[in-house]
Amino acid sequence: MQNVAVVGAAGKMGSGISLLLALELAYRSLEDPKATFVLSLIDMNDSGLQGLLRYVRDQARKDGERQVNRLRALYRDRADLVENAEMVEAFVAEVMLHLRTGRTLALAKDALLVFEAAFEKEEIKFQIYDELAALCPPGTWFLTNTSSIPLHVLTHRCGIQGRMIGFHFYNPPAVQKLVELIPPEDCDPALEAGAEELALVLRKKTVPARDIAGFIGNGHFMRDGLRCIREMERLAPEHGFARAVHMVEKVSRDWLLRPMGMFQLIDYVGIDVFQLILRVMEKYLQEGLHSPLVDTLLEQGVRGGQTSSGAQKDGFLRYEKGRPVGILDPATRDYVPVDAAFAADVEARLGPLPDPSLSWKALSRDPGRERKLRAHFAALKGLDSQGAAMARRHAADSRDIALDLVRQGVAARAEDVNAVLTLGFFHLYGPVNDFLD
Amino acid sequence: MRTLNKPVFLAAGAYTLSLGTGRPEFNPRTPRPGLDHYIREAGAATLAQIGDPGAIDESVIGNFMAARFNRQGHLGSLMTIVHPSLEYKPALRVEGACASGGLALASAVKSVLSGMADAVLVMGVEVQNTVKAIYCADYLAGAGWYDGERKEGHTYFFPGKFSDRAGAYGAKVGPEKARQAFAHWYRNAVENARLNPDAQEHFNRVDDLVAQGLTPPNPKSFTDHLNLYDCSKVSDGAASIIVASEEGWRRLGLARQDVVELAGMGQMAANLTTPPPDLTEMTTCRRAAEQALAMAGTGIGDMGVVEVHDCFTISGVLLTEALGMAAPGAGADAVLEGLTRRDGRWPTNTGGGLVGYGHPTGATGVRMAVDLWRQLTGRAAGYQVDLKKDHGILVSMGGNDKTVVSLVVKR
Repeated sequence: MQNVAVVGAAGKMGSGISLLLALELAYRSLEDPKATFVLSLIDMNDSGLQGLLRYVRDQARKDGERQVNRLRALYRDRADLVENAEMVEAFVAEVMLHLRTGRTLALAKDALLVFEAAFEKEEIKFQIYDELAALCPPGTWFLTNTSSIPLHVLTHRCGIQGRMIGFHFYNPPAVQKLVELIPPEDCDPALEAGAEELALVLRKKTVPARDIAGFIGNGHFMRDGLRCIREMERLAPEHGFARAVHMVEKVSRDWLLRPMGMFQLIDYVGIDVFQLILRVMEKYLQEGLHSPLVDTLLEQGVRGGQTSSGAQKDGFLRYEKGRPVGILDPATRDYVPVDAAFAADVEARLGPLPDPSLSWKALSRDPGRERKLRAHFAALKGLDSQGAAMARRHAADSRDIALDLVRQGVAARAEDVNAVLTLGFFHLYGPVNDFLD
Repeated sequence: MRTLNKPVFLAAGAYTLSLGTGRPEFNPRTPRPGLDHYIREAGAATLAQIGDPGAIDESVIGNFMAARFNRQGHLGSLMTIVHPSLEYKPALRVEGACASGGLALASAVKSVLSGMADAVLVMGVEVQNTVKAIYCADYLAGAGWYDGERKEGHTYFFPGKFSDRAGAYGAKVGPEKARQAFAHWYRNAVENARLNPDAQEHFNRVDDLVAQGLTPPNPKSFTDHLNLYDCSKVSDGAASIIVASEEGWRRLGLARQDVVELAGMGQMAANLTTPPPDLTEMTTCRRAAEQALAMAGTGIGDMGVVEVHDCFTISGVLLTEALGMAAPGAGADAVLEGLTRRDGRWPTNTGGGLVGYGHPTGATGVRMAVDLWRQLTGRAAGYQVDLKKDHGILVSMGGNDKTVVSLVVKR
């Protein structure tokens, strides 16, 4: 851990990974002041790197504020640091001390551990690993954050067999407790063990996934997303596009008690990223993972994703202060406002929720949620409404997707898919369950 | 034993709501009122109860750390914003950590006793939500011995100090009984606060307060022996009341039923640089209360209502012992038996106290006096208790039992 690099450091995932590592190195350095720690943050985008430094500094301050008990112990012998504020500022300075930023991969020359979170495009990753393979010493380990590209393709193409492992964080990396660990067939067992240990240090739970495009997380999410788009397209002729989007959005969120509806989640990931991952997965799996609607939206410039400040950009939905307030109508390229009348109209079409007082937010803090979830789905079984039928179908399809992942050997067990969905996607329950049996 | 050389009275009390987490008006991300707002509001509410503001001879304001929280000193002069008639009259600011409000009362009492004033407007104020709790803890640590204690002190300095007391008390009476007593103190505080619209915990709707109070302390994120429910919150607020001679309150246009009489006062300081002689005893508080009761010629049994400085639930429990409501080591039992409940033998902190109403540090001593005055004159509205005795006592404490003011009043 004394010389670590992050490639693609200023991106959404890269910045979170950079933050986690910067904090870890700072604590190590405080515990072992004689050692030197370097964290090289590499990105093509200068302003992105400046934004990254600002982000790391602000988050380091917040982390320091949360950890002052620990800091007071670490700074026990520093007579000049008395107040919490002084220790927090000293910690922020310590975090920043180990960082160096730049646009060239040469910064990673001496790194023994390289995290890569570059844009999810094969050609970009090929180029990066070609260069890193030539630059870095043979002992360097590569941890890629790819969420879809098969790793053996990268290792063989770039001549780094045995030295790479998939270390797939979930967004945001500093918060989500999950890392999908994907060792390609030729992975050095020492690297596999080291990656497990590293995840432990970073306080992440690991779930093993097989090296098949999309792995577990995107293996489920992309198919679930396409399924929702198809469902919406099936409903659109009768209800209209915007209403159909809202119906599927509402069912996937309020009826299935997920933190976000599917269209908000696609916007959050970015429609462009969604398309890229679809393309990569389709290239290797060839099972029709494609949506003409997604292509059309991107041609129209509707992308979703976030601004550099973290604000949600418009996609399928329009956002104000992070909350969805409108739904895209691709015909007019405008957003239909989700006002009370619109929402009531959609609710009338779906029918009443089994228990309108249940919400993902309230349940996520409720230690007795298992019982409430079971009651919710038991009620769902008995309801004769469009919303209930849609929710039952969606839950069943989601379970089928998960079981397929096990059948294909992407996940070793159904529990692993459940773990990824609950830890990585904040679902309250895994897709493989007996709620509707 | 010194005695009061003439009758002194308290009248026309008021306080603002205690702003901080828990209040719907509070949003840490939006700008909030400053010191001047609270001084004006509490002052105006007091002046609205008297006929002639021009009859006020002096003003005194208690405040602990405005210089750090608000970068504002010179608060005596700021008192004149309450009313133009206060200009060109004596005004001073006093400081004694969290007993600053109590000291302001004591100072006013001395002015009246000296004959230099017949009516003194007393204010207490603190605006603390200007910084995060983690930094607020540093500012409040100024109530300890900074050079000798801060470096080795806890992240949350005072919660750390009182956590040590809670640990020692747990060792003495059994940790489970101690924790139960803290949880019951918390429940009483919130139940009283629910009756007081100005209290910070007024909107607390938790069903099982005792279960919440039993939350095990988490030393990693907080302290060894206290959880967050054991602590008074970070608060902004002000309180004011008038201290007057008989001639003074008559000149203000008040009647006897509007005022309560000061029967005894104990005010003292202990050495800031030495640790408490016994972690399970509030020695200075005990001595100050004994002095006030002796001066009043009364005992704790004569008190119909009690206001104690429960900055933490452990201080509340220990103060029941310091005041003689329970024998040493029996405070936990007294709380568990309901002696301090509003329908118990000693209705205590009837408006919520520091844990329930909130703890705008410099204002707290004055707020306590207002609650005593309200109870004894039947003005406590929704949180009025049925008084069985005519006296009330308050104990206002600064630091870790270092500066204390105790007043005994009667109707």
